[in-house]
Amino acid sequence: MARVKHEGQWYGLDEGESVLDGLLRRGVEVPHSCRAGACQSCLMRAERGEVPARAQVGLKETLKARGYFLACACQPEGELEVAGAGADLRVPARITSLERLSDSVLCVRLRPEGDFEYRAGQYVSVLRTDGLARSYSLASLPHEDTLALHVRRVPGGRMSGWLFEEARPGDVLELQGPAGECFYVPGRPEQSLLLVGTGTGLAPLYGIIRDALERGHTGPIWLFHGAVDVSGLYLVEELRALQSRHPQLQYRPCVSKGQARVGVTVGALDAIIKEVCPRPAGWRGYLCGSPDLVLSLRKKLFLAGLSLKEIHADAFLPSTPPPQGGAGVMASASDASR
Amino acid sequence: MSTSVAEKQSSLYERIGGEPAMAAAVELFYRKVLSDERISHFFEDVDMERQAAKQKAFLTMVCGGPSAYSGKDMRKGHAHLVRQGLNDTHFDAVVEHLSATLTELGVAKPLVEQVLAIAGSARADVLNR
Repeated sequence: MARVKHEGQWYGLDEGESVLDGLLRRGVEVPHSCRAGACQSCLMRAERGEVPARAQVGLKETLKARGYFLACACQPEGELEVAGAGADLRVPARITSLERLSDSVLCVRLRPEGDFEYRAGQYVSVLRTDGLARSYSLASLPHEDTLALHVRRVPGGRMSGWLFEEARPGDVLELQGPAGECFYVPGRPEQSLLLVGTGTGLAPLYGIIRDALERGHTGPIWLFHGAVDVSGLYLVEELRALQSRHPQLQYRPCVSKGQARVGVTVGALDAIIKEVCPRPAGWRGYLCGSPDLVLSLRKKLFLAGLSLKEIHADAFLPSTPPPQGGAGVMASASDASR
Repeated sequence: MSTSVAEKQSSLYERIGGEPAMAAAVELFYRKVLSDERISHFFEDVDMERQAAKQKAFLTMVCGGPSAYSGKDMRKGHAHLVRQGLNDTHFDAVVEHLSATLTELGVAKPLVEQVLAIAGSARADVLNR
């Protein structure tokens, strides 16, 4: 008999009954609307069990890869365990190195002391022993022996200030997560990829690009890294070296202010992208960084022909209201929609 | 809704191409809606992905597909927009994009007209009259 586990309890399903109907029948509250696999308000995530393909029609590949499905269109054959709230596990981790990538960006490397699986491009919450928590995107690849975070120094920032000034290799933290759906899914290796990040939004993109290249992506890969001025750019030499090894990679560091100089484009990031990549229809896009840029660029790319299913975005939200003048705290948080 | 009407409408949905046709239509339709200055401001602050899913549910409904939308949901779902000034002009603009989208996808004219008739019947609910 088909049955579904929800928040620790098993519910039997009648012949041909959907997960949504079965749970509703037993009094479990599940948000839903159209019951026709269209509105996606009954989106759930399976932790164990086989999800029928029909229950994932219309979902992004990244959501499918994480086990998301539409409860109203899901008639499982066997047993299905639905992810419940609070299922997150915390894993202790130790700082292995702290390396300046620029005046304002620190690469923090951590070694998890326990199982910690993630996909390149996802983000994690980092908790200090006193409970202080911030989220950062991962710049490393899962097979590397340490996790890498790019931490921007924030004026008055408690976590970044501590990491820059006081933290030492050997210090212990806790990790929670991972989360986020900005990651590479194999398939369509010839597709053009468009990656755009501002500030430390480069971190997940650095992971995604290397992941795509290792998995044999053959199509063009465009990377636009935007900053206010050249002091906000980092990993420039590494990315140029990566480009010289992989001619399909087109790396474009961009600044909104300052004098033109070799290899750096000056101008508004969206205008530069439009000029360099005028027709991105059929491409796959990854957007990470300040919410203003991410949200407006998502709309512009959609109107330019990118399918919404092909646009993966992580808006980096401030952990606290940003100080006057607008320099935000770059703690990553997923796009609010999920 | 009587069974015979439901069957007739479900066949309209199938004749248009069912779910794959809706999937193809939704982005085309939503892109037209967002690019239209007459109505795009109603979508300024919405979550694009959720809105696209709603647009798909709307298309499925007006094409006579499986849908649980009622007039009551339509009223509730648009009340805040009516307070912002949503009126017949805006409704007509959406219908125009719906018509253009289906035509672009090669849906036969009589079918397009059937869809537009169903959409038109929602006017009073959408505008909360």
